[in-house]
Amino acid sequence: MSEGHGIGARVARKEDKRFITGLGRYTDDMKVPGMMHAAFVRSPHAHAKINGVDKSAALEMEGVIDVLTGPELKADGIGDLICGWAVSSKDGSPMNMGAWSPLATDTVRHVGNPVAIVVAETRDIALDAAEMVAVDYEPLPAVVDAVDALGEGAPQLHPEAANNLIFDWEIGEEQATDDAISGAAHVVEVEIRNNRLSPNPMEPRAALGHYNKAEDHYTVWTTSQNPHVARLVMSAFYNVAPENKLRVIAPDVGGGFGAKIYIYPEEVVCLWASKRTGVPVKWVATRTEAFLTDAHGRDHSSTAKIGFDADHKIVGLKVETVANLGAYMSLFSSATPTYLYATLLSGQYNIPNIHANVKAVYTNTAPVDAYRGAGRPEATYLVERTMTQAARQLGVDAAELRRKNFIREFPHQTPVIMNYDAGDFEASLNAAMEEIDYKNFESRRQESRNRGKLRGIGMSCYIEACGIAPSAAVGSLGAGVGLWESAEVRVNAAGTIEVLTGSHSHGQGHETTFAQLVHERLGLPLDQVTIVHGDTDVVQMGMGTYGSRSGAVGMSAIVKALDKVEAKAKKIAAHLLEADEGDIEIENGELKVAGTDKTLPWFQMALGAYTAHNLPEGLEPGLKETAFYDPSNFTFPAGCYICEVEIDPETGKTEILRFVAADDFGNIINPMIVEGQVHGGLTQGIGQALLEGVHYDADSGQLITASYMDYCMPRADNVPMFEVSHQTTPCPGNPLGIKGCGEAGAIGSPPAVINAITDAIGTEAVTMPATPMKVWQAIRGAAMAQAAE
Amino acid sequence: MSEVTLVVNGRKVKRNVEDRTLLVHFLRDELDLTGTHVGCDTTQCGACVVHMDGKAVKSCTVLAAQADGSEVVTIEAANAGYDELHPMQKAFKEYHGLQCGFCTPGMIMAGIDMVRRYGPGNLDEATVRQNLEGNICRCTGYHNIVKAILAASDEMAKSDTRLNEAAE
Repeated sequence: MSEGHGIGARVARKEDKRFITGLGRYTDDMKVPGMMHAAFVRSPHAHAKINGVDKSAALEMEGVIDVLTGPELKADGIGDLICGWAVSSKDGSPMNMGAWSPLATDTVRHVGNPVAIVVAETRDIALDAAEMVAVDYEPLPAVVDAVDALGEGAPQLHPEAANNLIFDWEIGEEQATDDAISGAAHVVEVEIRNNRLSPNPMEPRAALGHYNKAEDHYTVWTTSQNPHVARLVMSAFYNVAPENKLRVIAPDVGGGFGAKIYIYPEEVVCLWASKRTGVPVKWVATRTEAFLTDAHGRDHSSTAKIGFDADHKIVGLKVETVANLGAYMSLFSSATPTYLYATLLSGQYNIPNIHANVKAVYTNTAPVDAYRGAGRPEATYLVERTMTQAARQLGVDAAELRRKNFIREFPHQTPVIMNYDAGDFEASLNAAMEEIDYKNFESRRQESRNRGKLRGIGMSCYIEACGIAPSAAVGSLGAGVGLWESAEVRVNAAGTIEVLTGSHSHGQGHETTFAQLVHERLGLPLDQVTIVHGDTDVVQMGMGTYGSRSGAVGMSAIVKALDKVEAKAKKIAAHLLEADEGDIEIENGELKVAGTDKTLPWFQMALGAYTAHNLPEGLEPGLKETAFYDPSNFTFPAGCYICEVEIDPETGKTEILRFVAADDFGNIINPMIVEGQVHGGLTQGIGQALLEGVHYDADSGQLITASYMDYCMPRADNVPMFEVSHQTTPCPGNPLGIKGCGEAGAIGSPPAVINAITDAIGTEAVTMPATPMKVWQAIRGAAMAQAAE
Repeated sequence: MSEVTLVVNGRKVKRNVEDRTLLVHFLRDELDLTGTHVGCDTTQCGACVVHMDGKAVKSCTVLAAQADGSEVVTIEAANAGYDELHPMQKAFKEYHGLQCGFCTPGMIMAGIDMVRRYGPGNLDEATVRQNLEGNICRCTGYHNIVKAILAASDEMAKSDTRLNEAAE
């Protein structure tokens, strides 16, 4: 740690000032001269044919500029939305992707499916006019459950996908796994339901499209986690405009959690509508629109079968999963329930044989894609619920069964692609058990019992894969893009620095942590370092922020660019100080000749680079370097979470008394920010376990949970103060030894909570969200079953 | 249309507004005070909290016409009477009570109101959590928001005599 501002320091955030004074600039805060407002006409049906659209009444309204529909969009050559990750079925056939027009032309497939855009002088007029657009729908039967959608006679969504099956994918050796389990001393089978969630960043999605006729150029301000990917996809696949004619700006973005990775119909349509109408067009989602159309997360139905030998060592794990992908394939929807899910089914354990089969299915619901954790929460929930239930059935302690099966040697090749590079799983387990005082739990249980309450303890030992890289590896698995990151370090003539990054901050604090890295390397004060991101005209290219990749991949790119900057700076300084280049050291904002008192202030070196009056022979003037960094492997954050709950058996209400998180994120740049990421992730995971669930009516396909009245977000009094600690094994795969911390909390916490609840009530018959009603029913059900015996 | 006259952040403003115009849209669209945010449609997220005649209100649930004649303070003027920042704003930064920043203006305005209602230094963790029922944050898990509000409350008890008098 250098002077309290470098790597490892708890630096207060540089970006906070604008947010705490109301001067943040989000997409909805943008105004462009002549700007008009858009509202979308959306399907009220889960599934219907469109026989016609009558927009005449809307067009007659005062203040309405235009109403545009799908056929007009298609006539202008705007392409269908695509999934950018090709996943094949086990028989080798490509995935069955149905067409997704940004505005529906002949069929709508979920409630909220956009049919037309209304552009008007005010938002209120646009909303009123949208009500006046008469769409002639012919309702069709709908199906919302993925298992139902695979059944005989189920309504069919896309002609491309027979039986609504998108792919039937597998990983691992099936025969070897079956053999191992059939020869096992103990076999435990569990059914796992991973509930459907809505990510709910607090800032609703928005887009402001502005077509400049004179330049034939488009600009869109949008709520994106990855503006460059948005530009690439809108150019290469959706025919909006060539990349040099399309600028994508993601200004301050109010949370993402995955939901803002994807390119949605609305931003494409706003850009196109701006050209059609000749005015800038802004759309801002209502919260109900967010529930209807933001990509949802999870929604898996699985069975798991795990075999143990007589010594309780795992011999094999077999998993069958049905994944609901909704009505259309979102941008990375195919990867989430396959390569981001089944590749983590080995958990922290030495499992010699694993086989997983995943069927991805269309239903008449919103598209499903990556939400904080993306596949890894589903894997962790399955593995950690299975381990705890196995421990109970085997009559052994949950911690000891895990300990017995931990991977202890690294690198470790699992049977499902992943090669774990480093870790110390026992260190996190021990830290968490110590912190929560695991050994004295039974006395606390008794104390609760004396008060008529049921107390339970539950743990989860998670591992995840972050970084989502290297490019060649993800390419071989079907990714349509490379997953590296870029950085440009610009040293200005007076020595201040701008770092241009392809990562995007929407709450993660990059403006602070990335500056801390520069301070660590050069010793310049933080206020002389500015981090620039989120604008495709300013930053050349980047892959954005998701998969906890901005530290491990984004900062590594900055390291590589800084290496080049330092090398050139040393050449210049050596020349000016008449010293050998190899003797120059950079420290505290100065370049020094080692072993002497000769120094050159950083700014004088920079000035020298730009005046170019006295540079080494052949050296170019200026000081600006770029790097594209492609990692050598995924990173593997891991940890142990232990949760203690108390349940009122009369109401079924669960209170989380304590939650202990012991994480190994590798090296940490800013512990304050890392802890904040953990707190937020834990709360989302606790939300999944106790409160949240997207619910569609099975018959009508209507979304029941379409507002905060019906979808229960975690509030401040649903969660305790979290007890967070770190155990560190540096990641060997990147120069900073970082693993990533953005998703761990959401990945590891749901099974810890449910393992605690099921421990308290003595039955496994609880699904997420474990609402008071469900817990109460489980308690009563168990009591009745016992009475019947 | 109605003519409304109100004082916003110490400045008198007069506008003609549609009857259905919400205070939050009046502030954002008419006055360009975009620090006040809209995060839901059902008066639950609290991103739009402002102070109206000294009390916290959700500006998505007040018509601009209802605010006629009132005095409104938004996040942009939360520090009025203080130095650069209100103690609540300082505490949110110091305790990392924000990440994406979208709920933050509402949280800060709600936090200031909480201290006003209970009196500086009179808050405890359970009270703060209960009083945040109407403010949703998706980033922080509330941990550091609760710490920030408690710290600001204690700080104001030490240094802010005006509020002590008001509470008495």
